[in-house]
Amino acid sequence: MSQETAKPRLTTSAMIASLAAEGQRTRPAPFGHALAALARTRPEIVGMTADLSKYTDLHIFAEAFPERFYQMGMAEQLLMSAAAGMAREGFLPFATTYAVFASRRAYDFICMAIAEENLPVKIVCGLPGLTTGYGPSHQATDDLAIFRAMPNLTIVDPCDALDIEGAVPAIADHPGPVYMRLLRGQVPLVLDEYDYRFTLGRAALLRDGADVLIIASGLMTMRALDVATALRADRIEVAVLHVPTIKPLDRAAILHEAARAGRLVVVAENHSVIGGLGEAVASLLMQAGVFPVFRQIALPDEFLAAGALPTLHDRYGLSVAAMQATLKRFLSQ
Amino acid sequence: MPSILQSEQPAGAWRARIAAAAPAAQAGLLREAAREVRRRILRAIGRAGAGHVGGDFSVADILTVLFLGVLRLDPSQPHWPERDRMILSKGHCSAALYAVMATAGFFDLAELDSFMAPLARLNGHPNRKIPGVEANTGPLGHGLPIAVGSAIAARIAGASWRSFVVLGDGELQEGSNWEAAMAAGHRGLGTLTAIIDRNRLQQGARTEDTNRLEPLADKWRAFGWAVSELDGHDIPALLALLRAEPPPEGPPRCVIAHTKKGRGASFMEDRVEWHHKVPSAEQIALALAEIDAA
Repeated sequence: MSQETAKPRLTTSAMIASLAAEGQRTRPAPFGHALAALARTRPEIVGMTADLSKYTDLHIFAEAFPERFYQMGMAEQLLMSAAAGMAREGFLPFATTYAVFASRRAYDFICMAIAEENLPVKIVCGLPGLTTGYGPSHQATDDLAIFRAMPNLTIVDPCDALDIEGAVPAIADHPGPVYMRLLRGQVPLVLDEYDYRFTLGRAALLRDGADVLIIASGLMTMRALDVATALRADRIEVAVLHVPTIKPLDRAAILHEAARAGRLVVVAENHSVIGGLGEAVASLLMQAGVFPVFRQIALPDEFLAAGALPTLHDRYGLSVAAMQATLKRFLSQ
Repeated sequence: MPSILQSEQPAGAWRARIAAAAPAAQAGLLREAAREVRRRILRAIGRAGAGHVGGDFSVADILTVLFLGVLRLDPSQPHWPERDRMILSKGHCSAALYAVMATAGFFDLAELDSFMAPLARLNGHPNRKIPGVEANTGPLGHGLPIAVGSAIAARIAGASWRSFVVLGDGELQEGSNWEAAMAAGHRGLGTLTAIIDRNRLQQGARTEDTNRLEPLADKWRAFGWAVSELDGHDIPALLALLRAEPPPEGPPRCVIAHTKKGRGASFMEDRVEWHHKVPSAEQIALALAEIDAA
C-alpha cells in the first residue's frame, strides 16, 4: 500500500457542508434563533417553507411557534404566491427554500406577486453560490444575477452568524421584499471581533490597508479577512470593505474607499463573475469616474463540478489559499 | 356608439338596485347588467383597438353575478378589510373585469374609455394600482396560489371574508394551479372558491386538442375539492350556487362554469380566432344589435 491511501479519501460533501474551518468558533442556526426571538414581539411574523425547514434552520422557528409555521410542500411557486397572499393581509412571511429554487423556479411568482406589489415577503434561501458540493442542480451561482434586475427587491448577503442575527430584525423592519442568502447549521462567528453591526444598505470597512482594497459580501468577507491577515507576512496591506447589502448598494462607502489612490481594488464574491457584486461595483465606479485597477474574484461562467466543498473552493478560487495566490498574481501584473 | 352611452347609469347604481330588488327580480336585473357590461367591453376594445373579446364575453356573466350579486364589498372603500377577495386569474380578460368593476362603482365609467391607452392605469392586464383589483395577473397560473395565501390569512385572523378566483380553462395547463389545488385540498380551505370559465378554447386551439383537461371535475375532486358544474351563462344558476355559503372548515369549492367564448355575438361564439381579434366598427354594431335583442 502506498502512502497515498493513508490519506483520508475526499468524498462529495454532504448537501450542506459546514463552512467553518477547523477550530473556528460557530453558532448554531443563527437565522432560526434570531427569527424565533423576533417573533416573540412580532405576532405578524409567519414562517413558510417548501419542505426545507430543517435545511434553512426554519425548524427552530417552527418548534417555537408551530401555529405560525406553514409547510407548503415541495411547491415553490405556491410558496411565493401564498406568502404574497398573506403579506397583503398584514402578515410578515419569512419564506424559505434553496436559492436555486427561488431564483430559477419561482422567479415569475416572486416578480409579479411580491416584487411588483412591493409586499414585505422575506425570501431566505440556503445554498447560495458555491456552498454545496452537489453540483449545478443545487449551486446557486447565478442567484444575484437573476435577482438584481428585479425592481423593489432588496438583496442581502450576510457573512457570519452575527451578521445573520443582525440582518433578521433589519429586514423584518424593511417595508418591502427582501432576498437573503443564508448560511445555516453551525455558522462561523467572525465579525464579533470587529467594531461592526449589520445595518441594511450600509457597507462597513472592517480593516484598513494601503495596498489592496477587497470589497466582499457573504462568506467571502470572512475569507478576505483571513487573506488580509495572511498577507501581512508578505508586507501586503489589505483593506476589507464588507458589503452585506448587494442591492441597493452603499454607493458612497464604496466610492469613498475605491477612490483612494494607489490601491488595487478587488471584488470577491461567492457568485458567478457575471451579474453579481463585482459587476455592480464596476458599473458604479465607471459611472462615477473612479478608475482604480479593478479585478474580480468570483466563480467562473460555467456549470461547476460536484465534489468536496473545500477542494471545490480551491479549484474555483474561493479558498483563502487560492485567494492569496490570485491576489499576488494581480499585484505582480 | 350612442346606444352605449344612453343606457349608462351612475356608477354603483347597479349594486344598490340589485340588493334592493326582490329575490325573484334580481336575476333579471343581473341579466340586464350583463348586457350593459358586454356593451362596455365592446366600446373599450373598439376604442383601444386591442383586447381579448372572446374570453371577456365568456366570463362576463360570471363576473357580473359575482361583483353585483354575490361578493361582499364596498366600491367606495376598495380596501375595506372585511371585503371578499376576488382575483381574476385570467388577466388578459381585463376589459371584462374593468367593465364590471366600473359598473359596480369602483371607478368612473368614463375611465373605461382609457382602456389600454398609453400610460393609463387600465392596462391590458389587471394591476393593483386600480382600486379593487386584488392581484397583478397576466402571466397565467398566478391567481389561485395567491388566493391560497389569502384563505390561510383569513383563517389565522379569524376573519369572515371569503376568497374567490376566476380562472380560464386553458390556464389550468400551468402547474402552479395544481400546487395550489393540492394545498387548498390538504388544508380544507372551505372559504376558497375557484370558478373555471370552461369555454374549451385557449389562445391557439381547443383545450382538448392542445393539452387535454378532461376529466376536469375528477381532477379537482381527486385534489380534495367539492366540485359543481353549471352553465356559466345561466345567471339564476350562478347566483344560487355562488351565494351558497359552504362550511369554512370543509373542502374548497370548484365551480366549473361551462361557457362559450364570444358569448353574446353569434359570429364570435366558440370561434378560436376571437381570442385576440379586434372587432371592426361594423362588427361592433352587429354585436351591439344582438346584445340589445337578447
